[in-house]
Amino acid sequence: MAALLRRHAWPLAALALAVVFPVVARSFGQDFYVGFASRILIMALFASSLNLLVGVGGMVSLGHAAFYGAGAYVVGIASVEWPAGLGAQALAVWPLAMAASGALALAIGAISLRTRGVYFIMITLAFAQMIYYVFVSLKAYGGDDGLSLAKRSALPGLDLGSDAAFYYTVLAIFAAVLVALSRLGASRFGAALRGIKDNEARMESLGFPTYRFKLAAFTIGGALAGLSGALMANQNAFVSPNMMHWEQSGVALVMVILGGLGRLWGGFAGAALYLALEELLSGVTGHWQIVLGAILLLVVFFAPRGIAGLFPGKP
Amino acid sequence: MNRHLLETDGLTKRFGGLVATDGVSLGIRRRETHALIGPNGAGKTTLIAQLSGALAPDRGSVRFDGRDVTRLTAHERAALGFARSFQVTSVFRGLSVLDNVALAVQARSGSSFRFWKPVREERPIFEAAGSVLRELGMEDMAERAAQSLSHGEHRQLELALALATRPQLLLLDEPMAGMGLEESARMVALIDRLKPEYTILLVEHDMDAVFRLADRISVMVSGRVIATGAAEEIRANDEVRSAYLGEEDAPA
Amino acid sequence: MSWLLFLEQSLNGLQFGLMLFLLAAGLTLVFGIMDLINLAHGSLYMVGAYLAATLTRATGSFLLALPLSIAATAILGMLLEVAVLRHLYRRDHLSQVLATFALILIANETTRAIWGVQSLSLNVPQALSGSVQVLPGVAYPAYRLLIIGVGAAVAALLYVLVAHTRVGMLVRAGASNREMATAMGTNIGWLFTAVFGAGAALCALAGALLGPLLAVQPGMGENILILAFVVVVIGGIGSIRGALVGAVLVGLADTFGRAFIPLALKHVLSTSLADAAGPSLAAISIYLIMVVVLFWKPQGLFPARG
Repeated sequence: MAALLRRHAWPLAALALAVVFPVVARSFGQDFYVGFASRILIMALFASSLNLLVGVGGMVSLGHAAFYGAGAYVVGIASVEWPAGLGAQALAVWPLAMAASGALALAIGAISLRTRGVYFIMITLAFAQMIYYVFVSLKAYGGDDGLSLAKRSALPGLDLGSDAAFYYTVLAIFAAVLVALSRLGASRFGAALRGIKDNEARMESLGFPTYRFKLAAFTIGGALAGLSGALMANQNAFVSPNMMHWEQSGVALVMVILGGLGRLWGGFAGAALYLALEELLSGVTGHWQIVLGAILLLVVFFAPRGIAGLFPGKP
Repeated sequence: MNRHLLETDGLTKRFGGLVATDGVSLGIRRRETHALIGPNGAGKTTLIAQLSGALAPDRGSVRFDGRDVTRLTAHERAALGFARSFQVTSVFRGLSVLDNVALAVQARSGSSFRFWKPVREERPIFEAAGSVLRELGMEDMAERAAQSLSHGEHRQLELALALATRPQLLLLDEPMAGMGLEESARMVALIDRLKPEYTILLVEHDMDAVFRLADRISVMVSGRVIATGAAEEIRANDEVRSAYLGEEDAPA
Repeated sequence: MSWLLFLEQSLNGLQFGLMLFLLAAGLTLVFGIMDLINLAHGSLYMVGAYLAATLTRATGSFLLALPLSIAATAILGMLLEVAVLRHLYRRDHLSQVLATFALILIANETTRAIWGVQSLSLNVPQALSGSVQVLPGVAYPAYRLLIIGVGAAVAALLYVLVAHTRVGMLVRAGASNREMATAMGTNIGWLFTAVFGAGAALCALAGALLGPLLAVQPGMGENILILAFVVVVIGGIGSIRGALVGAVLVGLADTFGRAFIPLALKHVLSTSLADAAGPSLAAISIYLIMVVVLFWKPQGLFPARG
C-alpha cells in the first residue's frame, strides 16, 4: 500500500490540491474560479480524448469537435424535450450523450479511416462541418443562436446548480477517466495503437488488424468527447453549433500540443495552460489571440513535446 | 498433403504502363529454402508484397497450404503463418529492441483488444521476446532504442520481428542488404540454422549466400520467372547466364 | 423554374468557381510540391480583400488598388514563406496544421486590431455597376462578367505557364515527384518561394474581386479556405487542371445548391423548414461530393503524383 502511494505521489498530490481548491477559493472570496476550474477539467477531458486519437494513435482529426458538440446537444435537446422526466436526469442523459457521440464516431470513423494522411484530415473536417450545418439549420433547437438549458442536469442527492457540487462531480469524472486512460495506455490495446502510429505497415504485416484498432480508438475518443460536451452544456447551461465548428477542433489540437502529445497528462496540462493564457491575456489586451498565436508558433518550432515533454517518463 | 506450402498462379501487377510482375507462377515446397534472384527492378519486391498481402495483384492467385488466400489482407495472412522481412528496414523506431520484438510476439498471443491489464505484466510475452533475441545473439541490444541501432543491427531486428511471430513461411527480402562481409556471414549462418524449421523464400543479391543456403533457385527478369531449379541447373542455364549471372565465375 | 434563372445561376456558379480556382491553384501547388498543409491560405485572401478595400478608399480608384494589393500580398506571402513556412516542409502534418492555425489566429486578430470587427465596404467600380446583355433580352451584371473574364484569363495564363515554360516544367516535376525536385539542385528554394508568392497573388486577386460581392470581414478566409481544400482534394493534389475542374464543379454545385435546394424542398416541406434546411443542405452537398469522389478516386480526379 505504501509503495502504491509512493508510486502515484504526484497524481495523488494533484488530486488532493484539486479537492481542497474550492474551499480555498471560497475563503479568498474567489468563487468565480470554481467555475473556471470546472471548465478547465471539462476541456481537459475533451483534449485528453483527442490525445488518444492523435497522440497515441497518430490520427490527426480536424473534426473531433463534432462529437463534443453532439454530446452537448443530446443534453440540450433532452432538457427541452423531456424537462420533467429523464431529460433532466444526469444518470440518464450523460451516458446517452456518450453513447450517441460514440455511435456517431463509429459511423464517421468507419468511413474516414479508410483514408490516410491529408485525406483523413479533410474527411474528418468535412463530416464535422456537415454536422455543424445540420445543427445550424435545426431552428427548433435554436439553430445558429444556440439553445439555453433551464437548469443543469440532476444527480440524486446533489444540487449541481451549486458550482462547488458541479466541480466535484466533474473532478470525480475526470479522475476516473484519467485512470481509465492510464490503464488503456499501458494495456495491449495501447501498445498496439502506439505501434500503429510508429509503423502501420509493419503492424499489418505482423498480424494486427490495424483498421479495427484505429476505429476502436476513434470511437472511444468520440464517446469521451461527447461526455465532455455534455458536461460543458451543463457548465454553461447553453449549447450552440459553434461547439462543433472546426475552429473548436483546432483549439482542441492546440491544447494537445501545448500539453504534450501522447502524454497522459497532456490534455490536462494543455487545457489548463490554454484557458489560463486566455484568462490572463484577455485581461491585458483585447487582441490576446495574437499572443496565443505567437506562443503556439514557438511551441510548434521549439517545444513540440509541449509542457509534459519537460517531464521525462513514459507516456 | 500438398507438396507446396505456397503457390502462385499467373500473378500479374501493373503500375501505369509498367508491368512489375508478369504472370508469375511459382511453387515453394514445404521446408525448402527457395531463393529468388534477379537484377534490380526485376519485380522481386513487388512479388513479395503480393505474396504477403501488402499489395493486391491485378490478376492471378496465391495459395497457401492448398487454400486460396488471394483475397486475404496482410494481417489475415500473418495469422495463417506468413512473416515478411522488408528490404528497407521497417521497425518501430520509437521503441526499444525488446519492445519491438514483444510487439511482434503480442501479435500472435491472442487478441490485443485488452484495455485494462498492463502489457508489461505479461511475462510470457517478454520471455518469448527475450528468447527470440537470444536465438539471434541480440540479447545485449534488448534495452537499446531501435533508432540508435547501426544498419547491420537494424537488419537483425528486421529478421527478429519476422521470427517472433513463429511463422510457417518466411518471406525474406534482401536480409543482408547493405551489410559488410562479417555481418553477412553471420546472417548467412543464422538463416542456415533456421532452414530445418521454416519454409523460406529468400530474395538476395549475394550469390555466395544464395548458393550456400538455397535448395532451389528461381530467376526473375523483367517481371517474369525465366528459370527454376536446383543451384547447379541454374548455374548451367544459358538464358540465366546471359540475362543475369553474366560473366561471373561460378563459386568453387 | 425558368431557364433564365438556370442561366443566371450557371453564370454565378461559373464565376464563383473561377474565383475558387484562384485559391485552389495556389493551394494545390503548395501542397503538391512542398507537401505543406497551409491553413493560412485563406488569410492571404483576406489580406488581399482588405488591402483592396483600403487602397481603393485611399486612391479613389479600384483599378489602381487592384495591382497594388496583389503585389503587396504577394510580397507578404513570400516573406511568410521565408520566415515561417519553409521550416515546416519537412515537419509532420500535425505540426503544419498547428503552425498555420496559429497564423490564422494572428492574422484574424491583427486584422481586427487594425480595421475593427465591422465589415469593410468595398463597392463595385462605377463603370461596372451596370448590366450587360449576354443574350438578347438577358441581362447579367457587368462586374460578374468581368470576374468570369479575369478568372478564365488567369486560368489560361496559368495553363500556358505550367505547360509550356521551363519554370512550369520545374513546377510540374516538383508536383509529381517532390524528392526528385529537391534533388535537382539547391536553387529549388527560390522556386518554392516564387510558387508561394504566386499563390498569394492569386489569393489576393480573388479577395479583391470578390470583395464587392461578399463581406470583407475578419475570418472571411476560413469559409472559402475549406471549399478550396475540398476543391484540391477533389481535383487531385498538385494538379492545376484538377483544381480548375474541381473548382468549377464545386462552384456550380454550391450555387445551384443554394438556389435550388430550398426551392425543391418547398415542395415537400413547409416553407420555414425549407428556408432553414436549404442552405445547410447546400453546404452539406459539397462535402458529400468530396466524400463520394474520394471513394471512387482516392487520389482525386487528376492526380499529379504518379
